[in-house]
Amino acid sequence: MSASPASLSSAPAAVTAPAGLPRLLASVLPDRAMTLAEHTGLHGGLPALAQPRGRGGRATALIEELERSGLRGHGGAGFPTWMKLRAVADARRRALVVVNAVEAEPASLKDRTLTELLPQLVLDGAILAAGAIGADEVIVCVSAAAPESVNSLRAAIAEREGAPGPEGAGSPPRLRLEQMPDHYVAGEESAVVSRLNDGPARPTFRPPMPFERGVGRRPTLVNNAETLAHVALIARHGAGWFRELGPAGHPGSALVTLAGPVADPGVYEIAHGASLSSLIAAGGGTTEPLRAALIGGYAGSWIAAERLHAVALSDEHLAAHGASLGAGVVALLSEQACPVAETARVARWMADQSAGQCGPCVHGLGSLATTLEELSGGVGRGGGALPRLERLAGVVAGRGACGHPDGAVNLIVSALRCFASDFADHARHGRCERCLRESELPLPVRRPQASTTWGPGR
Amino acid sequence: MSRRLRVNPIACEAHGMCAELLPERITLDEWGYPILSEQPLEGAELQNALRAVQACPTFALILERDAGRRRD
Repeated sequence: MSASPASLSSAPAAVTAPAGLPRLLASVLPDRAMTLAEHTGLHGGLPALAQPRGRGGRATALIEELERSGLRGHGGAGFPTWMKLRAVADARRRALVVVNAVEAEPASLKDRTLTELLPQLVLDGAILAAGAIGADEVIVCVSAAAPESVNSLRAAIAEREGAPGPEGAGSPPRLRLEQMPDHYVAGEESAVVSRLNDGPARPTFRPPMPFERGVGRRPTLVNNAETLAHVALIARHGAGWFRELGPAGHPGSALVTLAGPVADPGVYEIAHGASLSSLIAAGGGTTEPLRAALIGGYAGSWIAAERLHAVALSDEHLAAHGASLGAGVVALLSEQACPVAETARVARWMADQSAGQCGPCVHGLGSLATTLEELSGGVGRGGGALPRLERLAGVVAGRGACGHPDGAVNLIVSALRCFASDFADHARHGRCERCLRESELPLPVRRPQASTTWGPGR
Repeated sequence: MSRRLRVNPIACEAHGMCAELLPERITLDEWGYPILSEQPLEGAELQNALRAVQACPTFALILERDAGRRRD
């Protein structure tokens, strides 16, 4: 723990570290990607990596800096970023880096915004991470349903052609772009690796974990696009700078997607620990009275409106509300919406998004969705539906190859707690008049169709 | 070295042999998929578990070293 931050930020054209916000979104243009020249003018060139010290001459000082920074993954699971790098760096074989910008979460727009408008910042982070773990290749994965991101990344990779890598890391890694099927679980880490191995974009049974044996059986670092953008800035400005924002237990900033009845829904950069009220204010304020907020995404948790004024957006604070920031989704629900019907629609969507591989997920999420639809459709009278939901939730959680069933169950159980009186009313009296309103939560009309949706195999 | 049962849910096709052979550790859900006890196995119980592992037609039941904590 002795490498000085200066060893990481000795870029020739060192740029003053920005104080406060924005960090990632500094100088972002609303309608086109920042070019490599503009990006370099703003942030300076790639910082040098400290002298090789790890196995095979790897520049592992960046990993120690990331450990000091406290950066955790922004893809949803919140795993400490340095641990992933360390695990891959310690592996014997030549590693590679996968940038996960697939962002299959329907309520989330932050990774496609980042890759569309600031692709060079993401590439910077990926190239620096590759230098730190001795990787010779970076594969950027993005959803085929995000053509703006595909185009921006393709142009950004072309701009990097022939550009040198960071000093101290040998020759720069090869960069390549891959498009992923538009499917919820296709963005899951092992599904991305499976697809890159010419298999279907479905989660796989682990072990092996990608860091042990991933793409081409090589140790593979899979990081979320936003996580790598933070890496690009930490490598330049150091861990101390990163920790200037946010609480000690969850430092730094985050991109959040604000959805629902606000004047300006969209992607905002916040300091961890910022109040939900300040985010809503940044979004122009609410346009309707609120009923609740869904935090984290469709695997996330509901917090009722009467508690929202006290909510701060950091994991350590959200834990008290049974929530976590996850992939940074904050979806607001108005008083006009029926929470039972909204939950039923999301549950059906999640059930349809199952990869169809694991029995408990296929049958369990299907049964949960059907039971919820009975409640919101008015045929659930008699009270058996609620105990059945509780029982099914307990049976399904933890029994898939990936976290998809757990995420769906988390959302449903959270809804049962947050909207207990609505569920009780529906169980007793059948559907309400608000059940038939259009969905407030964003739900794309996409369902699994032919097996080609997944790519080859099975 | 104690072991722990684990199922590969992708490979499992709900044949139910495991629950027949190891009812004290494995029950079936309403669709016929196994629900495993988390407790580590040792001695005679481990031998019974091994029989259940060998009987699985899809090789979905596995015994893992208890120490091997996974990270996700």
